[in-house]
Amino acid sequence: MSKIYYAPTHEYIIVDGNIGTIGITDYAQHALGNVVYVDMPEVDDEVEAGQDFGAIESVKAASDLISPVTGTVIEINDALADNPRLVNQDPMANWIIKVEIADPSELDSLLDAGAYAAICK
Amino acid sequence: MNRKYYSKLIFELSHPGRHGYSLPSNGLDTPVDLPETLSRKTPPDLPEVDEPAVVRHYNNMSTNNFGVDTGFYPLGSCTMKYNPKINEEIASHSGMLQLHPSTPAVAAQGALMIYYTLQWMLSEIGGMAEFTLNPFAGAHGELTGLMVIRAYHRSRGDFRRTKVIIPDSAHGTNPASAAVAGLEIVEVRSRPDGTVDVDDLRPLLDDTVAAMMMTNPNTLGIFEKNIPEIAELVHGAGALLYYDGANLNPMLGVARPGDMGFDVMHINLHKTFSTPHGGGGPGSGPVGVRAGLEQFLPNPRVVRRPDGSFDIISSSDALGRISATLGNYAIAARALAYILSMGREGIMMAGRLATLNANYIKESLKDLYKLPIEGVCKHEFVFDGLADKSTGVTTLNVAKRLLDHGYHAPTIYFPLLFHESLMIEPTETESLETLDEFIAVMREIAREASETPDIVRDAPHDTPIGHPDDTQAALTPVTTYTA
Repeated sequence: MSKIYYAPTHEYIIVDGNIGTIGITDYAQHALGNVVYVDMPEVDDEVEAGQDFGAIESVKAASDLISPVTGTVIEINDALADNPRLVNQDPMANWIIKVEIADPSELDSLLDAGAYAAICK
Repeated sequence: MNRKYYSKLIFELSHPGRHGYSLPSNGLDTPVDLPETLSRKTPPDLPEVDEPAVVRHYNNMSTNNFGVDTGFYPLGSCTMKYNPKINEEIASHSGMLQLHPSTPAVAAQGALMIYYTLQWMLSEIGGMAEFTLNPFAGAHGELTGLMVIRAYHRSRGDFRRTKVIIPDSAHGTNPASAAVAGLEIVEVRSRPDGTVDVDDLRPLLDDTVAAMMMTNPNTLGIFEKNIPEIAELVHGAGALLYYDGANLNPMLGVARPGDMGFDVMHINLHKTFSTPHGGGGPGSGPVGVRAGLEQFLPNPRVVRRPDGSFDIISSSDALGRISATLGNYAIAARALAYILSMGREGIMMAGRLATLNANYIKESLKDLYKLPIEGVCKHEFVFDGLADKSTGVTTLNVAKRLLDHGYHAPTIYFPLLFHESLMIEPTETESLETLDEFIAVMREIAREASETPDIVRDAPHDTPIGHPDDTQAALTPVTTYTA
């Protein structure tokens, strides 16, 4: 049974057991416009809550990708290297990295769908 | 416009055997004695075209270019003012054109006088002690300025300063220049009125900060009122304050960065001083410094000797060279021609008129376009798209629709502080009639967005190219032609 959390910096994390799937929200992809490049970490890299784990570049802007949790990268979405625009087409299906979550208590400080929708207004 | 000639590449007009010359046989049947490895196996793939087709093709292409000589160019953050033709006349004088960059100082006194006079006038305008004209562009000037700052800190034996503070509203070149200079970028937030948040700045300042970079007026066209306080804080931490001169135009003859407390600045001659811009360049990004920092300016420098002659010198304290010679001389000559032909009073009017023109457009459109920051702007301002967001018509659509009316599009989606930024800078160049016509068109587009939104959404309707996939073009540019 998975659950979705959101960061105020417009990343989502879908949590299934101790595995988190991280991407950017539909609001973020819409604000960025056409994505032209996604800079991703490598498998086994450590990510830290609140710190950047990569960057995303669009025709309008380049933004850091901020990790919602601390953990270890177990998979990256290779398809984005060749076709970064997948993020625009479906940002939930086209996640960026999967991590093994080190400290599940960090999830408590993230937003649920309702609270996230409120900050996007 | 002739779409037939525009829409095709010269290769697509090619017909085998067609050519634009008629030469008799040279009677030499013997092949030239070249090594096998040097002779090509297949003939070059060149277009075979008759002379009229070549001439028409390129003439039609040239008329599809848009510049400030063909129409109003309200491109925010870029100061696309008209380039007076007298500048070109001066710069194409044979004495200017024939000068060799390595001519010894004694034989180039006239040229050095032009350099020195422009350095002196820019110093007066900027409130600085000395300028170098060597940098080739605005961003090159930023890099040079940061290298001056680094040379200053190192001369004091201070090697700890590795950070540059840059506002979140800054031009993208600021962090880029800082990164190229090997410095770490620290962002300072803006307040809701668009100016730097001094409370956010205060805790960022310590003895690891080399400099703070600011643009004033900032990228929203808002005058930064807290500069004296910011300068005191920055200097108190031992850092220097850098002025990005991209928005110097409204300040001309009104306020000087040196008087505000800035230590180092650059000027874009191709913006404020009416030299050609972009593809018409080259650019020029002179860097000025306050008294006490002159020796760190890059080599070589042009100075005036006590006897009134001019010389080229090098300093061992200097950051080194950032250019082979003394920058873009012909551009310096154009800028000096502009300053001298405008005169003191004219230069002082330029900034005021640029400010008046921007405010006139802003006030005439703010009922139909969303103005996120109220109040008097300087030379430019930013709308956050149309006031009525219910139509779904975006800033991109509005910009494309302006092309149908024969205007260059404004800067869009910058600054990043708003989602639908549309940034307009008319400059002092434009007449009241031009401004009124532009305002009428912008109002018409806003009306269309409500009544017939598809016309705006599908724009442009009347340009040689309609809707290129610019993202795909950026991702996979096709830079070669094969039949």
